[in-house]
Amino acid sequence: MKKTELISKKISSLLNEFPFLSAFFNDNGLELKGKKELTLPEYFAEFDEDEIEDRAIDAENLISQIGEFIEQMIAFLGKDEDIVKTVTILPGTDKSGDKEDFGKLEIHQGEIISIVGPTGSGKSRLLGDIEWVAQSDTPTSRKILVNNDIPDNKWRFSSSDKLVAQLSQNMNFVMDLSVFEFVELHAESRLVENKEDVISRIINKANDLAGEKFSPDTPITSLSGGQSRALMIADTAILSKSPIILIDEIENAGIDRKRALKLLLSEDKIVLMATHDPILALMGDKRIVIKNGGIYKIIDTTEEERTILSTLEEMDKTLLAYRTKLRSGEIITEIQKENIN
Amino acid sequence: MNLITVSGPPSSGKTSVILKTIESLKKKGFKVAVAKFDCLYTDDDKLYEKAGIPVKKGLSGALCPDHYFVSNVEEITKWGVDNKFDILISESAGLCNRCSPYIKGIKAVCVIDNLSGINTPKKIGPMLKSADIVVITKGDIVSQAEREVFASRVNTVNPAAAIMHINGLTGQGSFELSTLLYDESLNIETLKGKELRFPMPSALCSYCLGETRIGESYQMGNVRKMKMED
Ligand SMILES: Nc1ncnc2c1ncn2[C@@H]1O[C@H](COP(=O)(O)OP(=O)(O)OP(=O)(O)O)[C@@H](O)[C@H]1O
Ligand SMILES: Nc1nc2c(ncn2[C@@H]2O[C@H](COP(=O)(O)OP(=O)(O)O)[C@@H](O)[C@H]2O)c(=O)[nH]1
Ligand SMILES: [Mg+2]
Ligand SMILES: [Mg+2]
Repeated sequence: MKKTELISKKISSLLNEFPFLSAFFNDNGLELKGKKELTLPEYFAEFDEDEIEDRAIDAENLISQIGEFIEQMIAFLGKDEDIVKTVTILPGTDKSGDKEDFGKLEIHQGEIISIVGPTGSGKSRLLGDIEWVAQSDTPTSRKILVNNDIPDNKWRFSSSDKLVAQLSQNMNFVMDLSVFEFVELHAESRLVENKEDVISRIINKANDLAGEKFSPDTPITSLSGGQSRALMIADTAILSKSPIILIDEIENAGIDRKRALKLLLSEDKIVLMATHDPILALMGDKRIVIKNGGIYKIIDTTEEERTILSTLEEMDKTLLAYRTKLRSGEIITEIQKENIN
Repeated sequence: MNLITVSGPPSSGKTSVILKTIESLKKKGFKVAVAKFDCLYTDDDKLYEKAGIPVKKGLSGALCPDHYFVSNVEEITKWGVDNKFDILISESAGLCNRCSPYIKGIKAVCVIDNLSGINTPKKIGPMLKSADIVVITKGDIVSQAEREVFASRVNTVNPAAAIMHINGLTGQGSFELSTLLYDESLNIETLKGKELRFPMPSALCSYCLGETRIGESYQMGNVRKMKMED
């Protein structure tokens, strides 16, 4: 919208045309009561000098920010969702400056890629390259393509179009809200239309993943570790617009990890998972092995490995069963072989 | 030389972010120094020294730290230019959350953290609203949802800024910030003649001048009263 147009319209008609503007006025502490029939310059002219100084109001700057905000929101609301079908990694160099030895790595929607390698080998740097959609401008000189194309700069700087969402190891909540209010807040910031539906879907999915159930009015700060992780994963799967999810280990306690990954994939995400856990590593369709800062190998999970994965999962269940027993005060007397085939 | 001003509430992660970012700048061959401004006390200068970064420290003591900053920034700039640094970064705490002495034509970075609460962006004045780059730290200890909500609130109050997420502990994201800082066309030899982006509060009342007694008859100068009706 042209500046001339912006400053000639009444605020009421701006609000009519762009309802999201009320958030801008609200978040900037600008009271509109009884002033909606003014234009923006008239509105700001009504503040007296003391108010302008006290509240640090910079009319010129605010008007141009309103223009910027409108453009961003129109772009955000109007566009068809960006569908990211593939992300491609083009080789760069390892820490010694030697070229990485792979042609290119194409990752597709619905795939899980695990990333393995020793501490300090460069796993986080690889994740960082993807998040920053590197264009030979990071220490690794890698290039990232989105849908086989040089990506748009918006993936770097926009607050609403992040390429990557991260599920971090510590999933603490710091807000003093109920589960419902928390998800609602997130839904509102994403401007979803069918808010109630989305919220109850998230809470239901989270309850599917969590060992123990929780209700919408539970305070988020009193959720257990497993419940928090479950809520976080369900929320990210359903509400986050980012097409790629990075996971830094999903702890094995209190959550069904396989289902969690399935949920993410059912929302057409690409999942990248840095892990030391053999079960998670083998749950990937592929695994990237990092060595000395470079991608050393790209391995497709073999059929044999998938069979072995089921065995490992059984062993894992056995371990968990022991854990449950110990927790409930039982004394362990023998190895339960029936669980291991 | 490029001057870059970094501000943000206390403990938001300014020093951590600056330290990590300078690592990347040094690798690219830039000579970088820091000027640290604070109110009563700071240890940050030692952290910078330990990292081998030339540093100057200024404590404003009884003065408004932002006024103190503006009164000294020209001398600091001269120090930087004389020492032939490529980049001089100033670190100052926006103590009253109201103003920050950003300067026209000088890149301004505001650092705030995810833990400060989602209403914080609303409460911070020009320090946040007129920054060119907003760095959000401590994303590692909150959820993805909280990060997204917080970033969208920041975007609402400063839609024009580039928003960066940086982990001050691991430095993740600081390399990316380092690519946005140096700008050949923003090189300066002096600050003389440059202007603040926003005027500072014109606070000068009897208490600024050392008055300690309470009561109407001792109040002079710029005095303003709360509205007590209804
Ligand atoms: N190809 C590369 N060229 C130059 N530097 C690199 C390269 N890859 C990684 N590095 C640097 O090596 C350091 C360690 O890498 P990183 O933090 O990614 O390791 P990590 O595998 O995530 O370790 P951890 O398992 O401890 O989390 C970082 O400073 C990173 O920038
Ligand atoms: N968990 C976490 N802690 C951080 C992060 N950034 C900074 N900190 C910590 O926050 C504290 C304050 O950081 P500091 O850089 O001194 O803040 P300053 O006062 O703004 O300079 C320190 O203990 C840092 O280690 C971050 O991204 N994550
Ligand atoms: Mg790492
Ligand atoms: Mg500091």
